[in-house]
Amino acid sequence: MNGDMSDARRAGQGAGQGTGPGDVLVAVEDVYKHFPIKQGIVFKKEIGRVHAVDGVDLQVRRGETLGIVGESGCGKSTLARCITGLHQVTAGRILFEGDDITRLGKAGLKAFRRDVQMIFQDPYGSLNPRRRVGSIIGDPFAVHSIAGGAERKRRVQELMELVGLNPEHYNRFPAEFSGGQRQRIGVARALALKPKLIVCDEPVSALDVSIQAQVINLLKDLQDELGLTYVFIAHDLSVVRYVSDRVAVMYLGKVGEAAEAEVLYGRPRHPYTAALLSAASIADPDEAERAERIVLTGDVPSPIEPPSGCRFHPRCPKAADRCVREDPPLVPREGDPPDHVTACHFPVEPGERLAHKHAAIAQVSTQPELPEVEE
Amino acid sequence: MSSYTDLEAQEVDPTAGTAPARVQGRTPFQLAWARFRRDRLAVASIVVLVLIAIYAILAPVWAHLTGHPYDATFPKTGLDVNGQPRGPSGTFWLGADQLGRDVLVRAAYGARISLLVGILSAVLASIVGTLVGVLAGFVGGAMDTLLARLMDMTLALPYLLVAIMLATTFQISSVGASLTLTILVIAFFSFAAFGRIIRGQVLSLKQKEFVEAARSLGSSNARIMFVDILPNLVAQVTVLTSLLIPTSIVFEATLSFLGVGVRLPMPSWGSMLGEGSDVFQTAWWLLAVPGVLLLLTTLSFNLLGDGIRDALDPRGDRATGGK
Repeated sequence: MNGDMSDARRAGQGAGQGTGPGDVLVAVEDVYKHFPIKQGIVFKKEIGRVHAVDGVDLQVRRGETLGIVGESGCGKSTLARCITGLHQVTAGRILFEGDDITRLGKAGLKAFRRDVQMIFQDPYGSLNPRRRVGSIIGDPFAVHSIAGGAERKRRVQELMELVGLNPEHYNRFPAEFSGGQRQRIGVARALALKPKLIVCDEPVSALDVSIQAQVINLLKDLQDELGLTYVFIAHDLSVVRYVSDRVAVMYLGKVGEAAEAEVLYGRPRHPYTAALLSAASIADPDEAERAERIVLTGDVPSPIEPPSGCRFHPRCPKAADRCVREDPPLVPREGDPPDHVTACHFPVEPGERLAHKHAAIAQVSTQPELPEVEE
Repeated sequence: MSSYTDLEAQEVDPTAGTAPARVQGRTPFQLAWARFRRDRLAVASIVVLVLIAIYAILAPVWAHLTGHPYDATFPKTGLDVNGQPRGPSGTFWLGADQLGRDVLVRAAYGARISLLVGILSAVLASIVGTLVGVLAGFVGGAMDTLLARLMDMTLALPYLLVAIMLATTFQISSVGASLTLTILVIAFFSFAAFGRIIRGQVLSLKQKEFVEAARSLGSSNARIMFVDILPNLVAQVTVLTSLLIPTSIVFEATLSFLGVGVRLPMPSWGSMLGEGSDVFQTAWWLLAVPGVLLLLTTLSFNLLGDGIRDALDPRGDRATGGK
């Protein structure tokens, strides 16, 4: 899997830090994250669990951008917090440069946090309103006792310049900046320790479109300049396509399909991916007219009691009995390149039209769902 | 909204490089102060409180000017032929009490006690309440259960009965010791309500992304509590403390009225009201003087607290994100 980096990516890696581009930086291996639901005041009894992340395998290669897309509540933010060590995983391993971060002690975790940083969705909530920008961006230096006093100020101002902020605004409060500028502050803070991996959790979802482009281009430029590796989470398909080398599609805590961005967008194999892509707006009106729109029936099932077999079967236009019984493995399907993996028994064939099928399937899927709750 | 402010910022920037005249960013404190100054009631209440404080601080001066120490009795000049207290006059500006003591001087010393007890116990309660609230809210788990139940228990205690019980158990006769005990009792019964509010605030602050950001940077729990959470509680703590002061003053007056607060002969507004209540039909000034002072002080502190709250109002405060 290591050999097939695209040429474009390799060119962008020019300014990399010398470590072999293309090798696996992060390996997520069969990771589960369940949140228990408890009842009772003194003696809390577990009455169920939210299966936020339910067996995810992913790899992030050095220097690439891995996009993760999916509807709200599909577990992409939880997965991001597992990778950054903010959540303790329920089961599975996350290897960062070969070390399992789920087993790190206090000191190991602190060292790990120098290498992995996060950019948050909400540019308002992620900056402490009572602290000055200089102190927010300088926080990483203070926490890891790297630089203090004048040296810290100098480095913070360098960072502010790097992300396109006026270094003179060192003493301002976050409230004095616009949304886009605040997100730049968040980016500067994430860059402070020269991390190897930056996990961007919907970094532009809260910004308006003109500002989105600025921030995305900033992130791309910084990647070329500093050789960064990104995990980029979003629900905007066009944004993900623009920034990502590879894309993984999540549905209800599992990865449904993963491939190089152009491959995935050009030839989706999972019916869910196909439905997602068909829902994205198309700029060309002629093109939009011709495109078929796959309308999924029903809502995302509850992650407390996920459906048996394939998670997607209650809403899938191609669902069959086998999908109800058997959870499809995430493997390359017939005719796909080896890094295009799909978790589907009946992958979509090129030219297949799914839009007309959904009516028939709604009946198939609802019947066996109730009696077969596994646990 | 954000794109507009972006444009504004860009318009300001060129001047930054060329002209020395800069647009100075105002701190949240400056903004709050600007709002506070426009609040007439709050400013008036500050003036009243300063006057009362001056009256209290100058208590020995009043004693000297009138020649009436606070614990000295003047049966000849202060009482009439029937032994009834004389009203306000040239010698006793605010009248005399049943023992012929000067009400003006006693009320001034009483003001010292009221302000001292009110402020000290409110500050003590807010320090303890903030610490307990932050610990319970931030650490959570068993710590939260323990501290939250402790606070609930404190709130469930009948405070007057406990205060009377403590006062009678310890049989305190010295003024200093009774002052300390009064402050501790008031602080003990006030910290729980304070801590519960702070705990709630911390629980909501803990969910904010900036706490998660601090954690992802590797900040320790102590650092997050003191560097990230505490500064966000300053407004809340200031308002709550300023509103706790009048409550504590009334609490002290209640205890002293019942004779279990600050011990005689040290006057306190509460004990003066207690003594005066026997003869108020003939000597109205014995209730009016401490009563009006108590009313003015608590009212001013309440209005001041409201003013501070309005000035720091999160909804009008850009510093909290304008959300």
